[in-house]
Amino acid sequence: MEKFKKIIGIAAPFTRINVDTDLIIPAENLKTISKQGLGKNLFSYIRFNKDGSENKEFILNQPCYKNSEILVTGKNFGCGSSREHAVWALKDFGIKCLIGSEFADIFYNNCFKNGVLPIVLDTKEIEKIIKIIFSLETSELEIDLKSQFIKTKENEIINFDILPYLKKNLLEGIDDISKTLEKKKLIDEYEINIKKKYPWLGKKNG
Amino acid sequence: MSENKSPKTLFDKIWNNHVIDNIDESNSLLYIDLHLIHEVTSPQAFESLRLSKRNVRQPEKTFAVPDHNVPTLNRDKIEDELSKKQLEALEKNTKDFSISYFPINDIRQGIVHIIGPEQGLTQPGMTIVCGDSHTSTHGAFGALAFGIGTSEVEHVLATQTLIQKPAKNMRINLNGKMQNGITAKDLILGLIGKIGAAGGTGHVIEYAGNAIKNLSMEGRMTICNMSIEAGARAGLITPDQTTFDYIKGRNYAPKENWDEALKFWKNLRSDKGAKYDNEEILEVDKLEPQVTWGTSPQDVCSIKGEVPDPRDEKDSNKKQSIINSLKYMGLKPGTKLEDIKLDQVFIGSCTNSRIEDLRAAAKIVEGKKVKTKAMVVPGSGLVKQQAEEEGLDKIFKEAGFEWRESGCSMCLAMNADKLKPGERCASTSNRNFEGRQGKGGRTHLVSPIMAAAAAISGHLTDVRQFI
Repeated sequence: MEKFKKIIGIAAPFTRINVDTDLIIPAENLKTISKQGLGKNLFSYIRFNKDGSENKEFILNQPCYKNSEILVTGKNFGCGSSREHAVWALKDFGIKCLIGSEFADIFYNNCFKNGVLPIVLDTKEIEKIIKIIFSLETSELEIDLKSQFIKTKENEIINFDILPYLKKNLLEGIDDISKTLEKKKLIDEYEINIKKKYPWLGKKNG
Repeated sequence: MSENKSPKTLFDKIWNNHVIDNIDESNSLLYIDLHLIHEVTSPQAFESLRLSKRNVRQPEKTFAVPDHNVPTLNRDKIEDELSKKQLEALEKNTKDFSISYFPINDIRQGIVHIIGPEQGLTQPGMTIVCGDSHTSTHGAFGALAFGIGTSEVEHVLATQTLIQKPAKNMRINLNGKMQNGITAKDLILGLIGKIGAAGGTGHVIEYAGNAIKNLSMEGRMTICNMSIEAGARAGLITPDQTTFDYIKGRNYAPKENWDEALKFWKNLRSDKGAKYDNEEILEVDKLEPQVTWGTSPQDVCSIKGEVPDPRDEKDSNKKQSIINSLKYMGLKPGTKLEDIKLDQVFIGSCTNSRIEDLRAAAKIVEGKKVKTKAMVVPGSGLVKQQAEEEGLDKIFKEAGFEWRESGCSMCLAMNADKLKPGERCASTSNRNFEGRQGKGGRTHLVSPIMAAAAAISGHLTDVRQFI
């Protein structure tokens, strides 16, 4: 995984609540065996009109937000299906960071596996950010994961929390699996132990 | 984890039993007892595994089945090239890595969350994962079961473990006795209406109370299945005699170690005085049949109710959400739900396609004719076979239902079974999201008997008049 670097990019406010992963990437676009190329179908049901043209009202189609790298989201973003395709689609489109008051659990985990940073702030801070990006000529924000802050164009700083383990993984681009494989001995021991303790588990009875 | 003797919840106990190592203050390395996979969320995991020259650590603890995009008609030839590619990839991946596989023409094929329990793979006290959010279903057996993304699928394939942060504990007591015509589906929909689509985020929900104790395993699975619709990672129900009776004799159930397993399972329950981060109570006595009117499972009310008016909502985000929902659903505030006409009825999905669901729905439609397009998709080949032995297929077909082969079908519309734009459907599935059953399709979530009543009425209706 690539290392997460500082972002200075356009933030688009998409404050609809309960945005589900079906809306982020519809099921018909999951018929792929690759992680690539999903960005073109990101939010396709609301991003495009019936005839395939762009829905001008949709936030990411508006000229000033077309090249957004940051999405400011509504409550419970990413709910529903566990499809990691939702994160692959956001990433492929160019979104590297999400800022919201609440993310669904599986979606939140999936972000970190793909170098996408979901920042959780309380509702008031989200409202403040939205107000700021609407009031300025540009909605550019600076995201500094290392120092855990968001900086607006007017140099206002908003700090955020993140679990140290997740932060480290993003900053260093760590592959979880290779780290876990280093613990092979512990896993081996655990398996020997459960074989004795729960002898009925993992038996091919079928 | 801590060795202290303070009272523990069922979740805490299963968690502690599976911790191999602590990664840091908040994350643990957790052992996974059973890994279920399907064709849609696994191909990228296998591809990465190959690229990094890694192997599957425990193929014997991994089971695969195609379900999401399989056709429910004409299965000998898969017409959709992309679906075919995914199905071929699953077959190749399971073969290359020696993983047990229930192919499309096997009688045991079915929706992954139907066949786990059906085969006896799902057992109390286990950790179970699958690249599918409705893995929460298996919590009905007192197993810690949750959905994961594809990267985590790869992690489990390679290591049989996951790095996880423990969830918070939530207990929901469902007290009282359900009226006739009220099902597990109404309980869970009513509950989601109460706590909201994010009411359980960060939590594992333990369902307790008389209403749960009196439910069959099928009903308990319906409840746990939709835990994710309340945002919860997993649902949990204390295993009891109903659970043990269901498991006994199934293909992968313990045989020579049955007594030993039973002894362990009987001790799997939350301690008296265990602390919960959150508690809720739902009195079920007066609960009426539930129907969703919007595009989130929390947009739900009694069949006797009306479509809400956004003007009555003070919170601006929620108000906007109701406006969006009604626009998408083509509904006007104040419309009686019973007056909403339907184009289709779908009985199926991992929420409601088990034999008990089909029996109950058949009872309602017997001797009547449908007034909408209607389809029954059994949860597995074995459910279908059982239903046919009982003559349920004839009842459905005579009433005008289509009787299909098993799979996820129109729950998520990845195969050919989908709504056309603007079509309205009463569905026993779990999600009424925009476009979930096909682009522009409109979904009303209901119980199997409510779906049956809707099919023979041509509109949403109170099933109790048919009982």
